[in-house]
Amino acid sequence: MLVVPCPNCGPRNASEFRYAGEYRPRPHPSQDVTDDEWATYLYTRSNTLGVHTEWWFHTSGCGLWFLAERHTKTNAFVKSYLWGAT
Amino acid sequence: MWHDRPLKDGYDVVIIGGGAHGLACAHYLAKEHGVTDVAVLDKSYIGSGGSGRNTAIVRSNYLTPEGVRFYDESVKLYEQLAAELEFNVMFSQRGHLTLAHTDGAVRTMRRRAEVNRLQGVDSRLVFPDELAHICPQLDLSEHPRYPIMAALYHPPGGIIRHDAVVWGFANHADRRGVHIHQQTEVTGVDVRDGKVRGVETSRGYVAAETVLNATAGWGSTIAAMAGLELPIATAPLQACVTEPLKPFLDVVVVSGSLHVYVSQSSRGELVMGASVDPFGSYSMNSSLDFVEGLAGHVLELFPFLSKVRILRQWAGLCEMPPDFSPLMGFTPVEGFLLDVGWGTYGFKASPICGKTMAELIATNTTPDLIYPFRLSRFAEFDLVGEKGAASVGH
Ligand SMILES: Cc1cc2nc3c(=O)[nH]c(=O)nc-3n(C[C@H](O)[C@H](O)[C@H](O)COP(=O)(O)OP(=O)(O)OC[C@H]3O[C@@H](n4cnc5c(N)ncnc54)[C@H](O)[C@@H]3O)c2cc1C
Ligand SMILES: [Zn+2]
Repeated sequence: MLVVPCPNCGPRNASEFRYAGEYRPRPHPSQDVTDDEWATYLYTRSNTLGVHTEWWFHTSGCGLWFLAERHTKTNAFVKSYLWGAT
Repeated sequence: MWHDRPLKDGYDVVIIGGGAHGLACAHYLAKEHGVTDVAVLDKSYIGSGGSGRNTAIVRSNYLTPEGVRFYDESVKLYEQLAAELEFNVMFSQRGHLTLAHTDGAVRTMRRRAEVNRLQGVDSRLVFPDELAHICPQLDLSEHPRYPIMAALYHPPGGIIRHDAVVWGFANHADRRGVHIHQQTEVTGVDVRDGKVRGVETSRGYVAAETVLNATAGWGSTIAAMAGLELPIATAPLQACVTEPLKPFLDVVVVSGSLHVYVSQSSRGELVMGASVDPFGSYSMNSSLDFVEGLAGHVLELFPFLSKVRILRQWAGLCEMPPDFSPLMGFTPVEGFLLDVGWGTYGFKASPICGKTMAELIATNTTPDLIYPFRLSRFAEFDLVGEKGAASVGH
Protein backbone atom coordinates (compact mmCIF):
# COMPACT_ATOMS: atom_id res chain seq x y z
CA MET A 1 0.00 0.00 0.00
CA LEU A 2 1.11 3.56 -0.68
CA VAL A 3 2.62 5.12 2.43
CA VAL A 4 1.85 8.82 2.84
CA PRO A 5 4.12 11.12 4.86
CA CYS A 6 1.90 13.14 7.24
CA PRO A 7 3.88 16.17 8.50
CA ASN A 8 2.36 15.49 11.93
CA CYS A 9 2.25 11.69 12.27
CA GLY A 10 5.00 10.58 9.94
CA PRO A 11 4.60 7.78 7.37
CA ARG A 12 1.12 6.15 7.50
CA ASN A 13 -0.86 3.86 5.17
CA ALA A 14 -2.76 5.67 2.41
CA SER A 15 -6.02 4.08 3.60
CA GLU A 16 -5.94 6.53 6.54
CA PHE A 17 -6.02 9.51 4.17
CA ARG A 18 -8.23 11.17 1.64
CA TYR A 19 -6.51 12.36 -1.53
CA ALA A 20 -7.92 15.74 -2.55
CA GLY A 21 -6.29 16.35 -5.92
CA GLU A 22 -3.74 18.61 -7.45
CA TYR A 23 -2.97 21.91 -5.70
CA ARG A 24 -4.22 24.97 -7.58
CA PRO A 25 -3.82 28.47 -6.12
CA ARG A 26 -7.28 29.94 -5.48
CA PRO A 27 -8.11 33.41 -6.77
CA HIS A 28 -8.95 35.64 -3.78
CA PRO A 29 -12.76 35.80 -3.51
CA SER A 30 -12.80 39.54 -2.85
CA GLN A 31 -10.95 40.26 -6.06
CA ASP A 32 -12.67 40.81 -9.35
CA VAL A 33 -12.36 37.28 -10.63
CA THR A 34 -13.47 36.59 -14.20
CA ASP A 35 -15.52 33.54 -15.14
CA ASP A 36 -12.51 32.21 -17.01
CA GLU A 37 -10.31 32.47 -13.93
CA TRP A 38 -12.88 30.71 -11.75
CA ALA A 39 -13.41 27.97 -14.31
CA THR A 40 -9.65 27.48 -14.60
CA TYR A 41 -9.29 27.26 -10.83
CA LEU A 42 -12.25 24.93 -10.42
CA TYR A 43 -11.79 22.57 -13.35
CA THR A 44 -8.46 22.85 -15.17
CA ARG A 45 -5.60 20.65 -13.98
CA SER A 46 -2.01 20.47 -15.18
CA ASN A 47 -2.27 16.68 -14.60
CA THR A 48 1.52 16.47 -14.80
CA LEU A 49 3.31 13.23 -15.56
CA GLY A 50 6.12 13.90 -13.08
CA VAL A 51 6.37 15.62 -9.71
CA HIS A 52 3.35 17.72 -8.77
CA THR A 53 1.90 19.26 -5.61
CA GLU A 54 -1.29 17.79 -4.17
CA TRP A 55 -3.63 17.99 -1.19
CA TRP A 56 -4.02 15.20 1.39
CA PHE A 57 -6.35 15.04 4.38
CA HIS A 58 -5.42 12.75 7.28
CA THR A 59 -9.05 11.73 7.88
CA SER A 60 -8.49 8.68 10.09
CA GLY A 61 -5.47 10.21 11.82
CA CYS A 62 -4.72 13.69 13.13
CA GLY A 63 -7.23 15.47 10.84
CA LEU A 64 -4.56 17.60 9.17
CA TRP A 65 -4.91 18.99 5.63
CA PHE A 66 -1.46 19.27 4.07
CA LEU A 67 0.41 19.48 0.77
CA ALA A 68 2.75 16.88 -0.65
CA GLU A 69 5.00 16.70 -3.68
CA ARG A 70 4.81 13.30 -5.36
CA HIS A 71 5.95 11.80 -8.64
CA THR A 72 2.75 10.79 -10.44
CA LYS A 73 4.31 7.78 -12.21
CA THR A 74 6.55 6.25 -9.52
CA ASN A 75 4.28 7.51 -6.69
CA ALA A 76 7.44 8.42 -4.72
CA PHE A 77 6.93 11.36 -2.33
CA VAL A 78 9.49 14.18 -2.42
CA LYS A 79 8.22 16.04 0.67
CA SER A 80 5.11 17.09 2.55
CA TYR A 81 4.37 20.29 4.46
CA LEU A 82 1.64 22.60 5.74
CA TRP A 83 -0.04 25.05 3.36
CA GLY A 84 1.95 28.28 3.31
CA ALA A 85 5.10 26.63 4.69
CA THR A 86 6.48 25.33 1.31
CA MET B 1 -4.54 -7.54 -41.00
CA TRP B 2 -2.79 -4.15 -41.03
CA HIS B 3 0.63 -3.37 -42.42
CA ASP B 4 3.77 -1.55 -41.44
CA ARG B 5 4.27 1.24 -43.93
CA PRO B 6 6.99 3.86 -44.23
CA LEU B 7 6.37 6.98 -42.12
CA LYS B 8 5.77 9.88 -44.52
CA ASP B 9 6.96 13.38 -43.62
CA GLY B 10 3.42 14.73 -43.78
CA TYR B 11 -0.26 13.70 -43.71
CA ASP B 12 -3.56 15.57 -44.03
CA VAL B 13 -4.58 14.24 -40.62
CA VAL B 14 -2.46 12.87 -37.78
CA ILE B 15 -4.29 10.97 -35.04
CA ILE B 16 -2.30 10.51 -31.84
CA GLY B 17 -3.34 7.32 -30.04
CA GLY B 18 -4.08 3.94 -31.58
CA GLY B 19 -6.90 2.95 -29.28
CA ALA B 20 -10.43 2.21 -30.39
CA HIS B 21 -11.19 5.96 -30.59
CA GLY B 22 -8.26 6.96 -32.80
CA LEU B 23 -8.70 3.95 -35.07
CA ALA B 24 -12.49 4.43 -35.33
CA CYS B 25 -11.94 8.04 -36.38
CA ALA B 26 -9.47 6.91 -39.05
CA HIS B 27 -11.94 4.27 -40.25
CA TYR B 28 -14.86 6.70 -40.61
CA LEU B 29 -12.65 9.42 -42.16
CA ALA B 30 -11.66 6.97 -44.89
CA LYS B 31 -14.99 5.22 -45.26
CA GLU B 32 -17.47 8.09 -45.05
CA HIS B 33 -15.46 11.12 -46.13
CA GLY B 34 -12.81 9.73 -48.47
CA VAL B 35 -10.07 11.23 -46.31
CA THR B 36 -7.33 8.61 -46.51
CA ASP B 37 -4.11 10.58 -46.11
CA VAL B 38 -4.27 9.81 -42.40
CA ALA B 39 -1.70 8.48 -39.93
CA VAL B 40 -2.52 6.91 -36.58
CA LEU B 41 0.52 7.11 -34.28
CA ASP B 42 0.90 5.03 -31.15
CA LYS B 43 3.85 4.98 -28.78
CA SER B 44 3.25 1.29 -28.12
CA TYR B 45 1.09 -1.30 -29.90
CA ILE B 46 -2.51 -0.56 -30.90
CA GLY B 47 -4.97 -1.32 -28.12
CA SER B 48 -2.24 -1.12 -25.48
CA GLY B 49 -4.08 1.62 -23.58
CA GLY B 50 -7.56 1.53 -22.11
CA SER B 51 -8.91 -0.10 -25.26
CA GLY B 52 -7.17 -3.39 -24.43
CA ARG B 53 -7.66 -3.12 -20.67
CA ASN B 54 -11.32 -2.27 -20.19
CA THR B 55 -14.08 -4.56 -19.02
CA ALA B 56 -16.04 -4.00 -22.23
CA ILE B 57 -19.42 -2.95 -20.87
CA VAL B 58 -21.60 -1.27 -23.49
CA ARG B 59 -24.84 0.50 -22.47
CA SER B 60 -26.74 3.76 -22.95
CA ASN B 61 -28.71 4.14 -19.68
CA TYR B 62 -27.02 7.41 -18.69
CA LEU B 63 -28.39 10.28 -16.62
CA THR B 64 -28.57 13.34 -18.90
CA PRO B 65 -30.53 13.57 -22.18
CA GLU B 66 -27.30 14.66 -23.94
CA GLY B 67 -25.45 11.62 -22.63
CA VAL B 68 -28.24 9.13 -23.29
CA ARG B 69 -28.73 10.31 -26.90
CA PHE B 70 -25.02 10.12 -27.59
CA TYR B 71 -24.30 6.71 -26.05
CA ASP B 72 -27.41 5.27 -27.63
CA GLU B 73 -26.11 6.15 -31.10
CA SER B 74 -22.99 4.22 -30.15
CA VAL B 75 -24.97 1.15 -29.08
CA LYS B 76 -26.76 1.25 -32.45
CA LEU B 77 -23.43 1.41 -34.30
CA TYR B 78 -22.12 -1.49 -32.21
CA GLU B 79 -25.16 -3.54 -33.19
CA GLN B 80 -24.05 -3.26 -36.85
CA LEU B 81 -20.31 -3.28 -36.26
CA ALA B 82 -19.51 -6.93 -36.86
CA ALA B 83 -21.12 -6.68 -40.31
CA GLU B 84 -19.53 -3.32 -41.05
CA LEU B 85 -16.02 -4.47 -40.08
CA GLU B 86 -16.45 -8.07 -41.32
CA PHE B 87 -15.04 -9.14 -37.99
CA ASN B 88 -16.81 -10.84 -35.11
CA VAL B 89 -16.79 -8.32 -32.27
CA MET B 90 -18.88 -10.69 -30.14
CA PHE B 91 -21.36 -8.05 -29.00
CA SER B 92 -23.57 -9.80 -26.47
CA GLN B 93 -26.62 -7.72 -25.50
CA ARG B 94 -27.35 -9.81 -22.45
CA GLY B 95 -28.91 -7.11 -20.28
CA HIS B 96 -27.45 -4.81 -17.64
CA LEU B 97 -28.57 -4.40 -14.01
CA THR B 98 -27.60 -1.48 -11.77
CA LEU B 99 -28.54 -2.41 -8.21
CA ALA B 100 -29.92 0.03 -5.67
CA HIS B 101 -29.39 -0.67 -1.97
CA THR B 102 -30.64 2.62 -0.53
CA ASP B 103 -33.67 4.91 -0.97
CA GLY B 104 -31.40 7.51 -2.54
CA ALA B 105 -30.10 5.02 -5.10
CA VAL B 106 -33.67 3.92 -5.94
CA ARG B 107 -34.56 7.57 -6.64
CA THR B 108 -31.53 7.97 -8.94
CA MET B 109 -32.46 4.77 -10.83
CA ARG B 110 -36.05 5.96 -11.23
CA ARG B 111 -34.83 9.26 -12.63
CA ARG B 112 -32.45 7.50 -15.01
CA ALA B 113 -35.22 5.17 -16.18
CA GLU B 114 -37.46 8.17 -16.97
CA VAL B 115 -34.71 10.10 -18.78
CA ASN B 116 -33.75 6.95 -20.70
CA ARG B 117 -37.31 6.21 -21.80
CA LEU B 118 -37.85 9.81 -22.95
CA GLN B 119 -34.92 9.21 -25.31
CA GLY B 120 -36.40 5.93 -26.51
CA VAL B 121 -33.98 3.73 -24.58
CA ASP B 122 -35.18 0.43 -23.10
CA SER B 123 -34.63 0.96 -19.38
CA ARG B 124 -36.84 0.47 -16.33
CA LEU B 125 -36.89 -0.01 -12.59
CA VAL B 126 -37.34 -3.61 -11.37
CA PHE B 127 -37.94 -4.90 -7.85
CA PRO B 128 -36.75 -8.07 -6.08
CA ASP B 129 -39.67 -10.24 -7.26
CA GLU B 130 -38.72 -9.63 -10.90
CA LEU B 131 -34.99 -9.58 -10.14
CA ALA B 132 -35.34 -13.12 -8.86
CA HIS B 133 -36.18 -14.13 -12.45
CA ILE B 134 -33.66 -11.92 -14.25
CA CYS B 135 -30.75 -12.87 -11.97
CA PRO B 136 -31.68 -15.64 -9.51
CA GLN B 137 -28.01 -15.96 -8.47
CA LEU B 138 -28.12 -12.66 -6.56
CA ASP B 139 -28.53 -12.75 -2.81
CA LEU B 140 -31.90 -10.99 -2.60
CA SER B 141 -32.43 -11.82 1.06
CA GLU B 142 -32.39 -9.44 4.02
CA HIS B 143 -29.06 -10.90 5.21
CA PRO B 144 -26.51 -8.65 3.46
CA ARG B 145 -25.36 -5.45 5.17
CA TYR B 146 -27.06 -3.53 2.33
CA PRO B 147 -30.02 -5.59 1.01
CA ILE B 148 -30.94 -5.08 -2.65
CA MET B 149 -34.05 -2.84 -2.87
CA ALA B 150 -34.43 -2.45 -6.65
CA ALA B 151 -32.42 -2.25 -9.86
CA LEU B 152 -32.29 -0.30 -13.10
CA TYR B 153 -32.73 -2.91 -15.83
CA HIS B 154 -31.37 -2.11 -19.31
CA PRO B 155 -31.93 -5.09 -21.65
CA PRO B 156 -29.82 -3.79 -24.61
CA GLY B 157 -26.72 -3.34 -22.43
CA GLY B 158 -24.02 -5.99 -22.53
CA ILE B 159 -20.39 -6.79 -23.22
CA ILE B 160 -18.20 -6.95 -26.31
CA ARG B 161 -14.79 -8.31 -27.32
CA HIS B 162 -12.65 -5.17 -26.95
CA ASP B 163 -9.58 -6.40 -28.90
CA ALA B 164 -11.76 -7.37 -31.83
CA VAL B 165 -13.16 -3.84 -32.01
CA VAL B 166 -9.63 -2.39 -32.11
CA TRP B 167 -8.42 -4.89 -34.70
CA GLY B 168 -11.55 -4.52 -36.84
CA PHE B 169 -11.22 -0.73 -37.06
CA ALA B 170 -7.48 -1.02 -37.72
CA ASN B 171 -7.98 -3.59 -40.43
CA HIS B 172 -10.60 -1.56 -42.28
CA ALA B 173 -8.77 1.75 -41.95
CA ASP B 174 -5.59 0.09 -43.26
CA ARG B 175 -7.45 -1.40 -46.23
CA ARG B 176 -8.59 2.08 -47.26
CA GLY B 177 -5.06 3.46 -47.11
CA VAL B 178 -4.70 4.81 -43.56
CA HIS B 179 -1.19 4.39 -42.13
CA ILE B 180 -0.98 2.83 -38.68
CA HIS B 181 2.40 3.48 -37.07
CA GLN B 182 3.04 1.57 -33.86
CA GLN B 183 6.09 2.24 -31.67
CA THR B 184 5.90 5.88 -32.78
CA GLU B 185 5.78 8.24 -29.82
CA VAL B 186 4.71 11.84 -30.19
CA THR B 187 7.20 13.99 -28.29
CA GLY B 188 6.13 17.47 -29.36
CA VAL B 189 3.31 19.34 -31.06
CA ASP B 190 4.41 22.07 -33.45
CA VAL B 191 2.20 25.13 -32.97
CA ARG B 192 2.98 28.39 -34.76
CA ASP B 193 0.79 31.54 -34.80
CA GLY B 194 -1.94 29.66 -32.93
CA LYS B 195 -2.11 26.91 -35.57
CA VAL B 196 -0.91 23.35 -35.45
CA ARG B 197 1.70 22.51 -38.14
CA GLY B 198 2.77 19.00 -37.24
CA VAL B 199 4.16 16.72 -34.58
CA GLU B 200 7.63 15.68 -33.43
CA THR B 201 7.91 11.93 -33.03
CA SER B 202 10.49 9.40 -31.91
CA ARG B 203 10.90 8.66 -35.65
CA GLY B 204 11.13 12.24 -36.91
CA TYR B 205 8.96 15.23 -37.77
CA VAL B 206 5.53 14.69 -39.35
CA ALA B 207 3.70 17.70 -40.82
CA ALA B 208 -0.10 17.93 -40.46
CA GLU B 209 -2.62 20.77 -40.25
CA THR B 210 -5.11 18.61 -38.39
CA VAL B 211 -3.96 16.73 -35.30
CA LEU B 212 -6.35 14.76 -33.11
CA ASN B 213 -5.42 14.02 -29.51
CA ALA B 214 -7.00 10.61 -28.79
CA THR B 215 -4.61 9.50 -26.05
CA ALA B 216 -7.11 9.06 -23.19
CA GLY B 217 -5.11 8.72 -19.95
CA TRP B 218 -2.15 10.54 -21.51
CA GLY B 219 -4.37 13.32 -22.92
CA SER B 220 -2.90 16.06 -20.72
CA THR B 221 0.67 15.23 -21.75
CA ILE B 222 -0.16 15.75 -25.44
CA ALA B 223 -2.26 18.86 -24.69
CA ALA B 224 0.68 20.32 -22.75
CA MET B 225 2.84 19.92 -25.88
CA ALA B 226 0.34 22.19 -27.64
CA GLY B 227 0.40 24.65 -24.72
CA LEU B 228 -2.99 23.67 -23.31
CA GLU B 229 -4.18 22.53 -19.89
CA LEU B 230 -7.35 20.44 -19.76
CA PRO B 231 -10.01 19.78 -17.11
CA ILE B 232 -8.95 16.16 -16.58
CA ALA B 233 -7.01 14.28 -13.92
CA THR B 234 -5.50 10.86 -14.63
CA ALA B 235 -6.16 7.98 -12.25
CA PRO B 236 -5.60 4.23 -12.49
CA LEU B 237 -8.60 1.91 -12.79
CA GLN B 238 -8.09 -1.73 -11.89
CA ALA B 239 -9.94 -4.87 -12.88
CA CYS B 240 -9.49 -8.61 -12.43
CA VAL B 241 -10.79 -11.96 -13.65
CA THR B 242 -11.40 -15.23 -11.82
CA GLU B 243 -10.58 -18.71 -13.00
CA PRO B 244 -13.14 -19.91 -15.58
CA LEU B 245 -16.44 -21.25 -14.25
CA LYS B 246 -19.34 -22.96 -15.93
CA PRO B 247 -21.64 -20.31 -17.45
CA PHE B 248 -24.05 -19.18 -14.71
CA LEU B 249 -24.36 -15.40 -15.07
CA ASP B 250 -25.95 -14.07 -18.25
CA VAL B 251 -26.47 -10.44 -17.22
CA VAL B 252 -24.04 -7.65 -16.28
CA VAL B 253 -24.44 -6.72 -12.59
CA VAL B 254 -23.33 -3.35 -11.22
CA SER B 255 -23.67 -2.00 -7.70
CA GLY B 256 -22.84 1.66 -7.26
CA SER B 257 -23.30 1.52 -3.50
CA LEU B 258 -20.95 -1.46 -3.14
CA HIS B 259 -18.52 -0.09 -5.74
CA VAL B 260 -18.37 -3.27 -7.76
CA TYR B 261 -19.47 -4.81 -11.05
CA VAL B 262 -19.38 -8.36 -12.44
CA SER B 263 -19.98 -10.07 -15.77
CA GLN B 264 -19.09 -13.53 -17.04
CA SER B 265 -16.98 -13.70 -20.20
CA SER B 266 -17.57 -16.23 -22.93
CA ARG B 267 -14.51 -18.11 -21.58
CA GLY B 268 -16.33 -18.43 -18.24
CA GLU B 269 -14.16 -16.04 -16.26
CA LEU B 270 -15.86 -13.52 -14.00
CA VAL B 271 -14.71 -10.06 -15.08
CA MET B 272 -14.86 -7.73 -12.09
CA GLY B 273 -14.02 -4.14 -11.35
CA ALA B 274 -14.72 -1.16 -9.13
CA SER B 275 -14.11 2.60 -9.11
CA VAL B 276 -10.79 4.34 -9.82
CA ASP B 277 -7.91 4.11 -7.35
CA PRO B 278 -8.19 6.51 -4.40
CA PHE B 279 -5.41 8.81 -5.63
CA GLY B 280 -4.39 10.16 -9.04
CA SER B 281 -1.44 8.55 -10.81
CA TYR B 282 0.05 7.46 -14.14
CA SER B 283 1.17 4.17 -12.59
CA MET B 284 -0.38 0.97 -13.97
CA ASN B 285 0.52 -1.19 -10.96
CA SER B 286 -2.07 -3.48 -9.41
CA SER B 287 -2.72 -3.50 -5.68
CA LEU B 288 -3.82 -6.06 -3.11
CA ASP B 289 -6.12 -3.47 -1.46
CA PHE B 290 -8.12 -3.39 -4.66
CA VAL B 291 -8.82 -7.15 -4.97
CA GLU B 292 -9.39 -7.44 -1.23
CA GLY B 293 -12.01 -4.70 -1.18
CA LEU B 294 -13.61 -5.91 -4.38
CA ALA B 295 -13.83 -9.55 -3.28
CA GLY B 296 -15.62 -8.56 -0.07
CA HIS B 297 -18.25 -6.69 -2.05
CA VAL B 298 -18.71 -9.40 -4.68
CA LEU B 299 -19.39 -11.88 -1.89
CA GLU B 300 -22.16 -9.60 -0.56
CA LEU B 301 -23.91 -10.12 -3.91
CA PHE B 302 -22.90 -13.73 -4.66
CA PRO B 303 -21.89 -15.48 -1.41
CA PHE B 304 -21.43 -18.84 -3.18
CA LEU B 305 -18.33 -17.52 -4.99
CA SER B 306 -16.20 -17.58 -1.84
CA LYS B 307 -13.97 -20.48 -3.01
CA VAL B 308 -13.33 -19.04 -6.50
CA ARG B 309 -9.78 -17.90 -7.19
CA ILE B 310 -8.62 -14.68 -8.88
CA LEU B 311 -6.65 -15.52 -12.01
CA ARG B 312 -5.10 -12.15 -12.86
CA GLN B 313 -5.50 -8.42 -12.31
CA TRP B 314 -4.35 -5.32 -14.15
CA ALA B 315 -4.82 -1.56 -14.37
CA GLY B 316 -5.31 1.09 -17.04
CA LEU B 317 -5.25 4.87 -17.01
CA CYS B 318 -8.43 6.94 -16.96
CA GLU B 319 -8.53 10.70 -17.47
CA MET B 320 -11.36 11.92 -15.28
CA PRO B 321 -13.23 15.13 -16.14
CA PRO B 322 -15.12 16.85 -13.31
CA ASP B 323 -18.56 16.12 -14.82
CA PHE B 324 -17.84 12.57 -16.09
CA SER B 325 -18.51 13.66 -19.68
CA PRO B 326 -15.94 13.78 -22.49
CA LEU B 327 -14.04 16.65 -24.12
CA MET B 328 -14.62 16.51 -27.86
CA GLY B 329 -13.88 18.91 -30.69
CA PHE B 330 -12.10 22.20 -31.23
CA THR B 331 -9.57 23.87 -28.94
CA PRO B 332 -8.07 27.39 -28.86
CA VAL B 333 -5.23 25.99 -31.04
CA GLU B 334 -6.45 25.87 -34.65
CA GLY B 335 -6.30 22.35 -36.09
CA PHE B 336 -5.57 20.75 -32.72
CA LEU B 337 -8.62 18.65 -31.82
CA LEU B 338 -9.64 16.66 -28.77
CA ASP B 339 -11.32 13.33 -28.19
CA VAL B 340 -10.42 12.75 -24.53
CA GLY B 341 -12.08 12.82 -21.11
CA TRP B 342 -13.18 9.22 -21.49
CA GLY B 343 -12.53 8.36 -17.89
CA THR B 344 -13.69 4.90 -16.98
CA TYR B 345 -16.51 4.72 -19.52
CA GLY B 346 -15.19 5.52 -23.00
CA PHE B 347 -14.91 2.18 -24.73
CA LYS B 348 -18.66 2.01 -25.37
CA ALA B 349 -18.43 5.35 -27.17
CA SER B 350 -15.68 4.35 -29.64
CA PRO B 351 -17.80 4.01 -32.82
CA ILE B 352 -19.85 7.17 -32.33
CA CYS B 353 -16.74 9.14 -31.38
CA GLY B 354 -14.98 7.94 -34.49
CA LYS B 355 -17.97 8.84 -36.60
CA THR B 356 -18.62 12.29 -35.13
CA MET B 357 -14.95 13.30 -34.95
CA ALA B 358 -14.49 12.21 -38.58
CA GLU B 359 -17.47 14.38 -39.53
CA LEU B 360 -16.04 17.30 -37.54
CA ILE B 361 -12.67 16.95 -39.29
CA ALA B 362 -14.16 16.57 -42.78
CA THR B 363 -16.70 19.41 -42.46
CA ASN B 364 -14.90 21.66 -39.96
CA THR B 365 -18.13 21.98 -37.96
CA THR B 366 -19.22 20.39 -34.69
CA PRO B 367 -21.97 17.76 -35.10
CA ASP B 368 -24.98 18.56 -32.86
CA LEU B 369 -24.62 15.25 -31.04
CA ILE B 370 -21.25 16.22 -29.55
CA TYR B 371 -21.81 19.97 -29.11
CA PRO B 372 -22.63 19.45 -25.38
CA PHE B 373 -19.13 17.97 -24.91
CA ARG B 374 -17.17 20.98 -26.23
CA LEU B 375 -14.16 22.10 -24.17
CA SER B 376 -15.59 25.61 -23.73
CA ARG B 377 -18.50 24.28 -21.62
CA PHE B 378 -16.38 24.66 -18.48
CA ALA B 379 -15.80 28.40 -18.89
CA GLU B 380 -19.53 28.67 -19.73
CA PHE B 381 -20.45 26.70 -16.57
CA ASP B 382 -22.57 24.43 -18.77
CA LEU B 383 -21.43 21.03 -17.49
CA VAL B 384 -23.02 17.67 -18.41
CA GLY B 385 -23.11 15.88 -15.06
CA GLU B 386 -22.95 12.11 -15.54
CA LYS B 387 -21.31 11.11 -12.26
CA GLY B 388 -24.50 9.43 -11.03
CA ALA B 389 -24.46 7.11 -14.04
CA ALA B 390 -20.76 6.65 -14.73
CA SER B 391 -18.63 6.49 -11.59
CA VAL B 392 -18.90 2.73 -10.96
CA GLY B 393 -20.98 1.32 -13.80
CA HIS B 394 -18.44 2.03 -16.52
C1 LIG C 1 -9.93 -1.45 -16.05
C2 LIG C 1 -10.77 -0.61 -16.97
C3 LIG C 1 -12.11 -0.94 -17.19
C4 LIG C 1 -12.89 -0.17 -18.07
N1 LIG C 1 -14.16 -0.59 -18.32
C5 LIG C 1 -14.89 0.05 -19.25
C6 LIG C 1 -16.16 -0.46 -19.62
O1 LIG C 1 -16.61 -1.48 -19.10
N2 LIG C 1 -16.88 0.20 -20.58
C7 LIG C 1 -16.40 1.33 -21.17
O2 LIG C 1 -17.09 1.90 -22.02
N3 LIG C 1 -15.17 1.85 -20.86
C8 LIG C 1 -14.40 1.22 -19.92
N4 LIG C 1 -13.15 1.70 -19.60
C9 LIG C 1 -12.67 2.96 -20.22
C10 LIG C 1 -12.11 2.70 -21.62
O3 LIG C 1 -11.15 1.68 -21.55
C11 LIG C 1 -11.47 3.95 -22.21
O4 LIG C 1 -12.28 5.09 -22.01
C12 LIG C 1 -11.24 3.78 -23.71
O5 LIG C 1 -10.62 2.55 -23.98
C13 LIG C 1 -10.43 4.91 -24.28
O6 LIG C 1 -10.09 4.58 -25.61
P1 LIG C 1 -9.11 5.48 -26.42
O7 LIG C 1 -8.98 4.90 -27.75
O8 LIG C 1 -9.57 6.91 -26.30
O9 LIG C 1 -7.74 5.44 -25.58
P2 LIG C 1 -6.68 4.27 -25.33
O10 LIG C 1 -7.17 2.95 -25.72
O11 LIG C 1 -6.18 4.43 -23.93
O12 LIG C 1 -5.55 4.64 -26.34
C14 LIG C 1 -4.69 5.74 -26.16
C15 LIG C 1 -3.39 5.40 -26.86
O13 LIG C 1 -2.57 6.57 -26.89
C16 LIG C 1 -1.25 6.11 -26.92
N5 LIG C 1 -0.36 7.20 -26.54
C17 LIG C 1 -0.26 7.81 -25.34
N6 LIG C 1 0.69 8.76 -25.38
C18 LIG C 1 1.19 8.76 -26.63
C19 LIG C 1 2.22 9.52 -27.28
N7 LIG C 1 2.92 10.46 -26.64
N8 LIG C 1 2.48 9.25 -28.58
C20 LIG C 1 1.78 8.28 -29.25
N9 LIG C 1 0.81 7.54 -28.68
C21 LIG C 1 0.52 7.78 -27.39
C22 LIG C 1 -1.25 4.95 -25.93
O14 LIG C 1 -0.17 4.07 -26.17
C23 LIG C 1 -2.60 4.30 -26.18
O15 LIG C 1 -2.53 3.17 -27.02
C24 LIG C 1 -12.35 0.98 -18.71
C25 LIG C 1 -11.01 1.33 -18.47
C26 LIG C 1 -10.21 0.54 -17.63
C27 LIG C 1 -8.77 0.93 -17.42
ZN1 LIG D 1 -1.51 13.00 10.66
